[in-house]
Amino acid sequence: MSAISIILVILVAFLAGMEGILDEFQFHQPLVACTLVGIVCGHPTEGIILGGTLQLMALGWANIGAAVAPDAALASVASAIIVMKGIGGATSSSDVINAAISTAVPLSVAGLFLTMICRTIAIPMVHAMDAEAEKGNIRGVEAWQIAAICLQGIRIAIPAGMLCAIPAESVKKILESMPSVVAGGMAVGGGMVAAVGYAMVLNMMATKEVWPFFILGFCLAALGQLTLISLGLIGLAMALIYLGLKEAGSKGGNSGSGDPLGDILNDYE
Amino acid sequence: MEKKVQLSQKDINAVAWRHQFLQGSWNYERMQNGGWAYSMIPAIKKLYPDKDQQIAALKRHLEFYNTHPYVSAPVVGVTLALEEERANGVPVDDATIQGVKVGMMGPLAGVGDPVFWFTVRPILGALGASLAASGSIVGPLLFFILWNVIRIAFIFYTTTMGYKLGTSITKNLSGGLLGKITTGASVLGMFIIGALVERWVSIGFSPVVSKIQQQDGAFIDWSKITGDAEGIKSALEQYSSLGATGLNQTKVTTLQANLDQLIPGLAAVLLTLLCCKLLKKHVSPIVIIIGLFAFGIFARWIGLM
Repeated sequence: MSAISIILVILVAFLAGMEGILDEFQFHQPLVACTLVGIVCGHPTEGIILGGTLQLMALGWANIGAAVAPDAALASVASAIIVMKGIGGATSSSDVINAAISTAVPLSVAGLFLTMICRTIAIPMVHAMDAEAEKGNIRGVEAWQIAAICLQGIRIAIPAGMLCAIPAESVKKILESMPSVVAGGMAVGGGMVAAVGYAMVLNMMATKEVWPFFILGFCLAALGQLTLISLGLIGLAMALIYLGLKEAGSKGGNSGSGDPLGDILNDYE
Repeated sequence: MEKKVQLSQKDINAVAWRHQFLQGSWNYERMQNGGWAYSMIPAIKKLYPDKDQQIAALKRHLEFYNTHPYVSAPVVGVTLALEEERANGVPVDDATIQGVKVGMMGPLAGVGDPVFWFTVRPILGALGASLAASGSIVGPLLFFILWNVIRIAFIFYTTTMGYKLGTSITKNLSGGLLGKITTGASVLGMFIIGALVERWVSIGFSPVVSKIQQQDGAFIDWSKITGDAEGIKSALEQYSSLGATGLNQTKVTTLQANLDQLIPGLAAVLLTLLCCKLLKKHVSPIVIIIGLFAFGIFARWIGLM
């Protein structure tokens, strides 16, 4: 990798790290981060393909409440760097991408620990903000906020810089020596990990009232012809119908039958 | 009468812009408090020229706060309206401001997480990823642009909306409206998550359950197919009537194929429900994730998956 590429990769890593916590522009999502790393290293196509594949794995990863999801930022940046280094060796570029994908998952767990460390270091930082506020120093409060954001950027930039420093030859050797059981098993695990993210949201939203909709979504998804957009529209339509019926039920529900549909049907008689 | 201090649209936009950095100093003690205070600074400067008042305002906005970073925008708007009233001498005390923030953040997070993290992002992400699979730059561009247009429009619109509705929004929200939005979002969210569990939690059991020698006519007799175009045509015709099992004389059925006949994705939903149970028992999600990888390697090693 050229010096300019390395500097740009570190910059991309910094952006991804910041976004890993901010979650606004989405520079940490694999689709964006891997593409950017690919572009600055001169292999955009491989970056985009890797990003697309990782994105599908990371769809269910989200920070909910105080819980931290597997870290997409480190996973995408580091695995993209591995791909960029692996290209041109004995391994074909699709094999390099597959190997990088299997490293992405342990990387995402490593990134998760790093962000937990940063979120702990942020405690004394907000105490410093308290102190600046006490003095009425607005600039000081702002400076600590910016420092905290930079800390999250450095969280990814340092590992990325270290990866860049490793000679491409040894990355290739490691990729070739990885036992297939480990790589395959990681892929199997990666397929299952999304369940954890979904479970977190289920625990947050689920009530007796809405469980039936989970069953409906699960069964309808088996129909391959329905795209996600049409599933989204079906869900939206059901939400609107349900709210409408619920309201109609509570208005006509003076009889207290507790059966909105029955009440509507009765009204027609 | 005393001259009134009023926030201009420019001030509100400045706060909304800074609000994008809400989670920057996310910490385990007071979570998004630092970012919240950071967003409020342009308004504090405008409303309170007096230094002591500024200090008091900064301190009250460094209290605990945590919600979804986008649906937090209407909370910002309402808080701005409250601060403006306070600066103009209306007795709005610290407890009221903190009460409004805390009262709104919980239910709104319940709307934001399913809508943004589990509906909009997966849909745009899957769309972008499918285009990216062939190495096309359109995939990432589409994802990045659409997401940010939706996000920025939402943040700026709802901040201003919150400010205009002011305190009346809290009445609205505690009454029927927010209840409805929450229920609607949960219905949509539950439906989409059901669908995502089926599509994206991938579990495949590889053990072979049975190998059956098929009868003549149930498979393509390759010895009778000639090597010319006629032969290819005949093979394709047979294939389209026999299906995938017609390719070989032995019909191989894997455990997965049997499970799929029952309900596709059954294992995925069982795994998800198991995770729900474990999380409720306060097992850390990290432990579950590491456990799943360890299990994956083990299952591959014994040839189960």
